[in-house]
Amino acid sequence: MTISPPRPVGPGAGVVGAEPSSAPGLVAQVAAVGRRSVTRTLRQRGLLIFPLVFPLILFAINGSSLSAATKIPGFPTSNYRDFALALVFIQGSLFVSISAGTDLARDIETGFFNRLALTPLRGEALLIGQLGGAFVLACIEAVVYLLVGIATGVVIASGVAGVVVLMALSILIAFGFASLGALLALRFGTGEAVQAIFPLLFVSLFLSSSSLPRNLIKVNWFREVATYNPMSYLIEGVRSLIITGWDARALALGFGFAALLVLITLALANAAMKSRLVRT
Amino acid sequence: MSHGDAAIEVEQLVREFRKGPRAVDGIDLAVSPGEIYGFLGPNGAGKSTTVLMLTTLLPPTSGRATVGGFDIVRQGSQVRSTIGAALQEAALDPILTGREHLLLQATLQGIGRTERTGRADALLVRVGLTEAADRRVGGYSGGMKRRLDLALALVHGPRILFLDEPTTGLDPQSRAALWEEVARLAHDEGMTVFLTTQYLEEADVLADRVGIIDHGTIVAEGTPAQLKAEIGSPSVEVSPVDADADNRLAELLAGFGPPTRNGRGSVTVQLPGGEAQLADIVRALDQADLRMASLQLHQPSLDDVFLAKTGRKLEGTGDPPVDDDQPAATGRPGRRRRGR
Repeated sequence: MTISPPRPVGPGAGVVGAEPSSAPGLVAQVAAVGRRSVTRTLRQRGLLIFPLVFPLILFAINGSSLSAATKIPGFPTSNYRDFALALVFIQGSLFVSISAGTDLARDIETGFFNRLALTPLRGEALLIGQLGGAFVLACIEAVVYLLVGIATGVVIASGVAGVVVLMALSILIAFGFASLGALLALRFGTGEAVQAIFPLLFVSLFLSSSSLPRNLIKVNWFREVATYNPMSYLIEGVRSLIITGWDARALALGFGFAALLVLITLALANAAMKSRLVRT
Repeated sequence: MSHGDAAIEVEQLVREFRKGPRAVDGIDLAVSPGEIYGFLGPNGAGKSTTVLMLTTLLPPTSGRATVGGFDIVRQGSQVRSTIGAALQEAALDPILTGREHLLLQATLQGIGRTERTGRADALLVRVGLTEAADRRVGGYSGGMKRRLDLALALVHGPRILFLDEPTTGLDPQSRAALWEEVARLAHDEGMTVFLTTQYLEEADVLADRVGIIDHGTIVAEGTPAQLKAEIGSPSVEVSPVDADADNRLAELLAGFGPPTRNGRGSVTVQLPGGEAQLADIVRALDQADLRMASLQLHQPSLDDVFLAKTGRKLEGTGDPPVDDDQPAATGRPGRRRRGR
């Protein structure tokens, strides 16, 4: 394979003295990076399928094997799937964190990040744009989980409006975890560091009210941990829309912790981006 | 060269890493506009660290440098708008196509929507990737990736191009093609090229001037011819048709300098008077009726220069195999004399 013989090229096409260009605006930068991130997510079907399928497998297993839990006095629903569906949304969000973080870490490892750093791209635009793929993945997950839930007999107590709020909450949670993934990628620069957090998140998920309502947990230390574990309130916010209907307290706590998660992880990720994107 | 006119000017540039030695230890250099400057050295010599500093991606510990007239510390954004860079290992996204890479880069460089497509198309033609433009980069060969890397560095029409080991790992044909394009950029379009390499041949064939770096310091600098001339004269190796004639051959060549027998009948002699003595040798062989099977002129190599300056050989630290059928091995691509 050889390079074509010298020939004139189009106006300013990489030639010396091409018209100088001005830096694009923040929105254009976010859109450009976001488009790439979304394209990457949609083209890696293998990476799409696992986060979709794994929580649904657990949902199927829990839905049948733990159905006896509904016999416990005070259990909030007679269909365990109604109860278990919230966990699926949170598990999906954890996978989004891995996807977003690994993508960014790969860019750092391969030098693509340096290529972007040589353009007038702003750190904020790079961070938000990179999370575009995570946002799309979170949307797809939310729709699929909801459809599967409804198809298996789950009834959304809060109705159609509740479905919209449920999706918004689950996407917000996913965005928070995606920012956490990005933070780890930017802080440590390796995919291994991003993946290392996954077991910890999974453990914290099981040390929450994911399997039983907090008031029905008999083991004191477990109930205490679940009470102080913010993961419980994320799950309970989603769950309230499915089981209870409109529970203002649960929703306020759910949205509150999700927003806090987004704010903290995004702020830390932005600071890490500034350190990582060292340009003079 | 007047330093004030330099495209790249470096004074006492230092980069120290925590708990490590000085990767770059007070280097000085100046590169003229339109010049190809080869920065030659083994792995770990400080080449890439220098490039990272000059491209504003790594702040120097001390010293100063300007690129395109802009200070690399205080005027980073102006430096970045002036330069294109293809850093070590083609940094590409295997999931995106070649065209998508170019459009992304053009967008981030602030090139208008209407102009982007035309510019991407023109660059794809230029680097010979038109047919592969809509294929994902993950399926590209090493040479194709390097050419796309080069095209990406050219998207915004930079005046100065940094290439960090651009041909590492490439086959001879891809290497020659890339050299051809780099030479054309400098010699036809007046682009300044700062090229790091650990390949002697690449520096010799492509660079107008070479700086040899070792342990963070520049140990020699000049044109390849100057550097080689500094350390010695060429030699000629003569092989007679009749291997038994080696004694007569050695006797005859002794008139030009101390002969060295190489086995298999061939004899080598240094030419202190340079290549001009070659004609005298041929005439002497003819007059003595000694028929030659071959006669080879050996020029001192940059490896000899590296050896003389550092006491070590650079050859063998990663030099690519030379394929004699490749144009790259036979001459300097697109070479033109410029009135500098």
